[in-house]
Amino acid sequence: MPRPGVLAVWLALIAAVAVPVVVAGFSPYLAWRSPIYIAAGFAGVIGLGLLLVQPLLAARMLPGLTAMNSRMVHRWVGIALIAMIALHVGGLWITSPPDVVDALLFRSPTPFSAWGVAAMWAAFAAVVLAALRSRLGWRFRLWRLAHASLALVTILGTVVHALLIEGAMETVTKATLCGLVLFACVRALIRLQVWDVKPRG
Amino acid sequence: MPGDSLNRRTMLVAGTALVATAGSGLILPARASGLAPTPSMRGGSNNYRPGAPIVDRIGGGGFWMTGTVRQAGDGAPLPGQRIQIWAHTTEGHERDPQSHGATLTDANGEFRLEMPQIVPAFGQPHGHLAYDSGEFETVFLRPIMSSARDKTLAAHFVLQPV
Repeated sequence: MPRPGVLAVWLALIAAVAVPVVVAGFSPYLAWRSPIYIAAGFAGVIGLGLLLVQPLLAARMLPGLTAMNSRMVHRWVGIALIAMIALHVGGLWITSPPDVVDALLFRSPTPFSAWGVAAMWAAFAAVVLAALRSRLGWRFRLWRLAHASLALVTILGTVVHALLIEGAMETVTKATLCGLVLFACVRALIRLQVWDVKPRG
Repeated sequence: MPGDSLNRRTMLVAGTALVATAGSGLILPARASGLAPTPSMRGGSNNYRPGAPIVDRIGGGGFWMTGTVRQAGDGAPLPGQRIQIWAHTTEGHERDPQSHGATLTDANGEFRLEMPQIVPAFGQPHGHLAYDSGEFETVFLRPIMSSARDKTLAAHFVLQPV
């Protein structure tokens, strides 16, 4: 049985990610959308939630996990995030191909599209950097700065993308989740001092 | 100060000259020939289905798409022009055939077509309109509703003869 403090942190984290998803499930817009469009939207909402978990795992800020467990979960959540991005973009493509083509080519009339696409490419690059980490052979702190910079672009791009959209997410739960994601991101960067790339002596 | 080419005096002279030139219509070529044609909007032609039928109403109605069609240059209203309209509504996605319909402008160059309520899709509550009949240059518009609760949306065409 985990200590009450540990349990409270995990319950709060689950609530922070799950509440916006559940509230979006009551959006009136869903009644007028096809199942694929709905799934694509929820993949986006869940992806935003995963961006809250990732920095907390990276900076080992979640209690009850060893450093190795934190890293392993961080890796799996990263893979899940890529899957959510693929579902989000793929589902929207099936729903309205020209709108997604416009977004990917940065010629969409909607201002949030470019932010989302930039976040997507940054997330892909962050994952590639993680997959190639040993092969690249970079010094750890340099690699971490590069990975964290791409993660920061992913988070900032996604938050702006989400906030500008008028969609299934309810505005208060959306803004709250976005605020928590930014807070977790800043806290993690500070805790890890990612800008400090001096080799540890 | 001799070397100071961008002082208050030259700025004033240049600024006044610029305003005078703009007022005389020399800067904007469209001004010289009157009303400028409406350019197509980005994404305006997305999910367009050519040849939407002229209908009294799209689906069950409850929402009004309105607008005007005028000629570039003199701004004369253009009667009998076919305007095609489609959107993501309470009755279908943009791509669905039942979401598409067309109407004709009246003697004053105005059009009005009843359609189902537009709902936000792809992040914005918006509609699509097309003029694509050949007599004038094709124009695709994508107006955005200021609120998803609006019951009407307007779009205006100024067409350039081919």
